[in-house]
Amino acid sequence: MSVAPPLLAVDGLTKSYGGIHAVRGVSFSLRAGEILALIGPNGAGKSTCFDMLNGQNKPDSGHVRLLGEEVTAKKPREIWRLGVGRTFQITATFATMTVRENVQVALISHQKQLFNLFGSAPIFDRGEAGRLLELVGMGGYADRPCGELAYGDLKRLELAVALANQPKLLLMDEPTAGMAPRERVDLMRLTAQIAREKSIGVLFTEHDMDVVFEHADRIIVLNRGTLIAEGSPAEVRGNPQVQAVYLGEGLVYDARHREGASS
Amino acid sequence: MAFYVVQFLTGLASAASLFLVASGLSIIFGVTRIVNFAHGAFYMIGAYIAFTLTERLSGAFGFWGGIVAAALAVALIGVIVEMVLLRRIYHAPELFQLLATFGLTLMVEDLVVLVWGPDDLVGRRAPGFKGAVDFFGQNIPSYDLFLIVLGPVVLGILWLLFQRTRWGVLVRAATQDRDMVAALGVNQKWLFTSVFAVGVFLAALGGALQIPRDAVHHAMDLRIIVEVFVVVVIGGLGSIVGAFVAAVLVSELNAFGILIFPKISIILVFLVMAVVLIVRPWGLFGRPEAPARKTPGLTVNPWRPLTSNERLAALAALVIAATLPLFAGNYALTVGSEIAIFVIFAVSLHFLMSVGGLASFGHAAYFGLGAYGIAFLAKMAGLPMIVCLLLGPLLGCMGAAVFGFFAVQLSGVYFAMLTLAFAQIVWSIAFQWVSVTGGDNGILGVWPSSWAASPSHFYWLALGVATLVTVALRVMVFSPFGYALRATRDSLLRSEAIGIDAKRIQWTAFVIAGTTAGIGGALFAYLKGSVFPDNLGISLSVDALVMVLLGGVETVSGAVIGAIVYKALNIWLVSQTDLSKLVLGGFIVLIVVVFPKGIVGMLEMLAQRRRKSSPPGSPLLAKPIESAE
Repeated sequence: MSVAPPLLAVDGLTKSYGGIHAVRGVSFSLRAGEILALIGPNGAGKSTCFDMLNGQNKPDSGHVRLLGEEVTAKKPREIWRLGVGRTFQITATFATMTVRENVQVALISHQKQLFNLFGSAPIFDRGEAGRLLELVGMGGYADRPCGELAYGDLKRLELAVALANQPKLLLMDEPTAGMAPRERVDLMRLTAQIAREKSIGVLFTEHDMDVVFEHADRIIVLNRGTLIAEGSPAEVRGNPQVQAVYLGEGLVYDARHREGASS
Repeated sequence: MAFYVVQFLTGLASAASLFLVASGLSIIFGVTRIVNFAHGAFYMIGAYIAFTLTERLSGAFGFWGGIVAAALAVALIGVIVEMVLLRRIYHAPELFQLLATFGLTLMVEDLVVLVWGPDDLVGRRAPGFKGAVDFFGQNIPSYDLFLIVLGPVVLGILWLLFQRTRWGVLVRAATQDRDMVAALGVNQKWLFTSVFAVGVFLAALGGALQIPRDAVHHAMDLRIIVEVFVVVVIGGLGSIVGAFVAAVLVSELNAFGILIFPKISIILVFLVMAVVLIVRPWGLFGRPEAPARKTPGLTVNPWRPLTSNERLAALAALVIAATLPLFAGNYALTVGSEIAIFVIFAVSLHFLMSVGGLASFGHAAYFGLGAYGIAFLAKMAGLPMIVCLLLGPLLGCMGAAVFGFFAVQLSGVYFAMLTLAFAQIVWSIAFQWVSVTGGDNGILGVWPSSWAASPSHFYWLALGVATLVTVALRVMVFSPFGYALRATRDSLLRSEAIGIDAKRIQWTAFVIAGTTAGIGGALFAYLKGSVFPDNLGISLSVDALVMVLLGGVETVSGAVIGAIVYKALNIWLVSQTDLSKLVLGGFIVLIVVVFPKGIVGMLEMLAQRRRKSSPPGSPLLAKPIESAE
């Protein structure tokens, strides 16, 4: 059991911009079905770190391995083909296409039909597209133009798109940024539920500590480009170094809220 | 040895004017994000006005004063253009701005001929720089030496202007983030206007200073604008130093290229540009562009295949069109064939531009290559018509495969400029390589076989091919490939993140569009019985753009309607007036400003309004174009 390589293994990831060390020697790993939160104050290097995981950005040194396979130098689309779904901090969707068409494009790509010139795309795997949209609660929006959606719905659509290739790993960069509190909780519950059911590993960055402490199995904390803490939510919360980093940053963790939410 | 030094100095002298014009274009783009196609026109007007002034005013003061006064006068024209036209379209998609300034260029070309006549005008020599300097037995005009010094001096003045003045600081700030500058309380309207005036002044000065070296003529605008595009692509849009370095580079390549490939010297410049674009797509001194802001107004009606009723209507229209030979004369049938061919041309560009989001400004290159392909096969190889029609478009296909590979590495205005430059290269090869292409005389006597020779038969052939092509491309729009292509247009980031190789998809679309255009060109060669360099010229490329925009760039069937309306209008117009460019240019400007959704787009909007009878729900629909604040 322990012989199998972890789903995601990050080893000594380093990236500098000129004289600024954005990320320095970051290492961590992620198991299948685990929900891992990457937190840290603004400018800690979260997004840089994140972009290096799916090939958006190339590290100066260090390795990213997916199920033991080296993916460090690969392009985003190649990493996607290996089963990594991604959502963006600022949503990226196909604005002139309908909600269903957005999902269908991902399915077309997954089934390697991108260069099919004479098939009919409007009827392309409508069943699976519908199931994915139902899964994220967007079934009723299938024919709406994507450009008309509210921001929270766009985030849910992104999740459906990210799930289209039956990923093993989901990378979510601030999945709840810009959403109303109620929507945040719903989206993360949904994500956690899907992750557990399908045994998908999830790595997400987040500023909302309520979301982090409620849903993460494990938390890693980044400050000025280096990892300063790692552990269960309780351990990280008790870590004096983490508290020092967040002091004055507005870390407000309300224990009552958590009890209320989990009961 | 001395000969090479002199050649080098001549190159440097040519670089001066090129730098002035290119830096003006760069400055304007940096702040307003408008690629000012009319820059060549301003250059040309500068030369013409300077010619008139220097002829009227005497003495050294008259000459130099005339040059500066001409540049100032053109800058004033620029201010008027900016305030009346450009302010209305700052928020429009880039394409509309390029097109509007192109419309201006067309108008200016006819106006110039109207005022100064069609003949070349040779201006007087510059007082004080009339002679030549002897350099080891070679002569260098002293005016060239003056220009060589002038280039760096202007560069220095611009540098001081941007580094040492309050205005320069604002311009640099606006180049980086114009919204922020506006938020800081700077009156953007006047900043934009002043920047435009400075840019136009530089262009006009460049034109005026050419008088002692070159004759003034009414086609000098297109020649310079293509060179300037090459310069800014190499140097990097928005960089003045880049414009200087690239202007020197391009001028020297021209100067020495003449020695190496006297026939097709422009190839050398093109090769350098291709290399630069591969290594540094944003130019030697440019910065990578942030992805263009999404244009509001793009999210209109989702596309859908035709309903069965609409299919019946289209079929009925086709049947009616097919009965034309029963009651129309030969002239009408020839016009009908030409319209059918232009439908092919328009839908091929539509596929690239509307579906793929890649607005080619040189699509005629592939149309023309198809036509030349026919001419080569029919005239030289003597193949029968059917074989020619099947093989001829392959030349368009190959051209699109080569140029498309480079072009899709870029997007937006860079893509437009590169495709334009490619088309100009193909055009100049067709024009210069007389032994193969016949040059300006073209290739004559390309006639269809007897089975297609009668006007009615040829009309049916053209109509049939047009129908086939339109249906095939429409099927592709709604194929998995079509969805993938639209995906790359809407969001590169997202399409990469779901495993789509955007460049390969776009390249494929480019080749499909180029081949289809080649089919149109092939039929065109048979219709006219001849092939000329004009068949791949800029004005034909613009015809295609206008047809798509007129029909509605955001619609699926707009190109067909646009082609029919535009071509019919165009043929009628040319038969009515000598000033067709003026009318056409005005028409383009009009479309861009008051009619941005095109005919089909407007019909769809009306239909939707009637269906809903409530105000359109999407806030994104509102005001796609508004003036700059």
